[in-house]
Amino acid sequence: MQPLTLSKVAVRCGILAAVLFVVVVVALKFGAVPVSLYGLAKDLIGVLIGRTSQISSEYGMIIREIRLPRIALGIFVGASLSVAGTSFQALLRNPLADPYVLGVSYGAAVGSILALVIEPHIAMRPEIAAVFTPLGGFLGATLTISIVYLLGRYRSQLDGKTLLLSGVIAGSFLSAMIMLLITMLPSSSTRGMAVWLMGDLSTPMPLVLGWVLRTGFLVFFTMIYLTASDLNLLLAGEREAMHLGVDVRKVQLVVYLSASALTGLAVSVSGSIGYVGLLVPHVMRMIFGSDYRMLLPAAAFGGAIAVVIADTAARTIAAPSELPVGAITAIAGAPLFIYL
Amino acid sequence: MSGSKGTVMERGAHDGARASSEARLSVEQVSYAYTPNPSQAPVFTLEATSFQAKAGEIVAVLGPNASGKSTVLRLIAGALEPLSGRILLNGQETHLMEPRIRAQRIAMVQQESQLLFPAKVWEFVLQGRHPHGKSLRFETENDVAILKAALGDVGAHHLMDRLMDQISGGEKQRVILARALAQQPTLLLLDEPTLHLDIGAQVDFLHTLKKLTVTNKYAVVIVTHELNLAGEYADQVVLMQKGKCLRVGTPANVYQRDLLEQVFQTQLTVEQRVNGRPRVSVLEKSE
Repeated sequence: MQPLTLSKVAVRCGILAAVLFVVVVVALKFGAVPVSLYGLAKDLIGVLIGRTSQISSEYGMIIREIRLPRIALGIFVGASLSVAGTSFQALLRNPLADPYVLGVSYGAAVGSILALVIEPHIAMRPEIAAVFTPLGGFLGATLTISIVYLLGRYRSQLDGKTLLLSGVIAGSFLSAMIMLLITMLPSSSTRGMAVWLMGDLSTPMPLVLGWVLRTGFLVFFTMIYLTASDLNLLLAGEREAMHLGVDVRKVQLVVYLSASALTGLAVSVSGSIGYVGLLVPHVMRMIFGSDYRMLLPAAAFGGAIAVVIADTAARTIAAPSELPVGAITAIAGAPLFIYL
Repeated sequence: MSGSKGTVMERGAHDGARASSEARLSVEQVSYAYTPNPSQAPVFTLEATSFQAKAGEIVAVLGPNASGKSTVLRLIAGALEPLSGRILLNGQETHLMEPRIRAQRIAMVQQESQLLFPAKVWEFVLQGRHPHGKSLRFETENDVAILKAALGDVGAHHLMDRLMDQISGGEKQRVILARALAQQPTLLLLDEPTLHLDIGAQVDFLHTLKKLTVTNKYAVVIVTHELNLAGEYADQVVLMQKGKCLRVGTPANVYQRDLLEQVFQTQLTVEQRVNGRPRVSVLEKSE
C-alpha cells in the first residue's frame, strides 16, 4: 500500500516536465534551417530561468518567431485536449469519452467556417481580422456548450446520461451543418477548411491570443484539479459519490463547464486534433494509475508531449510541404488504440 | 479481530472528528411519492412511516419487492426529500445536511460497487475518508491508520493489496463495509448487503455487523429479504407492504404467521425458538 502524496505528484510532474523540455528542444531543432541541439538547450534554459532574453542571433529569429510559438501552441492545445478528455471520462463514466464527445468541436468548427465565409465580405481592422476565425470558433463552442447544458439536464439538474445523449445529438446535427456548408461553398475555400477540420497548428497566432489561451488553460485546469478527489469517487457512480460526501451536481457542473471551455479554446485555434484527448489519458492511466490527483497533471504533460511530437512529424515528414497534425495523431493513434 | 491497533471508532475518538453524542435516528411520519413526470399521477407512494433506531441497535426493514424498503433507506440517507414528515439524526434533518457533513455521519453500504477502472482494496477503503477532508486532499497517516483499523474490524486486513475485481463476493461485501466504517459514521445504512452471498457468508457478514454495531455504537438500518437472518440479528423489524408500514417491533412480535402469510403471499410457519428469536419456514404451495 502506497497512498499518493503531494510530493509524489510533484516529483512525477518534474520528470514529465523534463521529458517535455527535451521534446521541445528536439522539436526546435527540426526544420528547414539546421541549428545545434546543445546550443538550443543552453539558450532555452537561459530564457526559462530569466538570465538572458536572447537566443543566439544566427537562428534566433527562426526559433523565436516561427518554431517556438508553434510549439507553445502545440503544448497548450495538447494539454487542454488531454485534460478535457480525462475529465469527460470521469464525468460521463465512460472510458471512450473524448473532448469532442459532447459536440463542442463541431460547434467550434461551424463557428470558424462561418467566420471564414463572412470574413472576405466585411471590412475590419487587421488586428480583428487576425483573430476573427478563432473568435468565431470560440463563439460556436460556447453556444454549443450552453445548448448541450440546457438539453442535458434532467429535472433541472445536470445528469450524466442525458448530457451524453444531448451532446451526441448536438454533435451529429452540427456535423451535418458542416457538410452542408462545405458543399455550398466554392471549392477554393474547402481545402483550408478540410485542413482545419483535421486539426492544424500552422496558422500563426497573434501574441494576445497566446495570453488568452495560457490564462484560460491555467484557470480551467485549476478548477478541474480542485475537484480531483471528487472525480475519483464520481468514477464509482453518482449515488456512491453522493453517499461519500461529494456535492455531485456542483462537481459535474464545474467539470463540464471547465472541460468544455478547454476544448473550445483548443479547437478554436487548432481545429479538431483527434485521438490526443482519448489516448493520452489512457496511456497515462496505464503508467500512473487512475487517481485523478496524479492523472490530471500527467495528462496535461502527456498531451503536450504527444502534440509537440506529432506536429514536429507533420512539419518534417513531407518537408518542405506540411501535413495537418490531426492526420498524424489519427494515423498514429488508431493503431495504438487497438494495441491498448 | 482488530488486534492491538484499536477499533476504527477508537481511532475516531482520537482524531476528534466523531460526533460526541450517541446516534439517534428518528423517522417521523415520513411519506414520499415517486413521480416520473410531474403531470402524471405518482407511480409509487410511501405512506406515513415512523420508527426509531438507537445507537448499538440493528433495525431491519422487511417486505416483498416494491414495498418501499429501498425508498425508506434513500430517504434516511438524505438522497430524497420527504413529501411530508421528517427524518432526524440527532435532531438534524438528513436531507438538509451539507453533503460532506452528511457523509461524516451516515454511511451507506450498497449491493455492489461498479468500478470503471481497477482499484486496489486499500484505495477503495480510503475513499471512506473523503468526507473528512477538504475538497482536494491527500491522505494523512491518520487516514491510513483508520483504513487499517477498518479492514481489521471486518477481518479483511489480508486483502489490502488485492484488486477489487479479484476478490470473492463475500470478501467484496466486507470491504464495502470497511469503507463505510472508515467514514466513522454514527448511522450505518445497508441495502440488501447479503444479496449475492452464500448462506455461510451471509451469517458471517451479519455476525460481524452485529458485533461492530454493539462495540462501535452504530445505529444500523438494514434492508433485507432474509427473514430468518433479520429475525436472528435485528433488534427491531419494520414490516412493509406496497408502500405501507404495517408493523414495527421486535422480531418475535412482528413475525406472526397470519401477517407474514398475507404480506409475502405464501404459506409458512413461524416457530419461536428457545433464545426468543422466531424462525420462519416456507410450506409447499397447495394447488
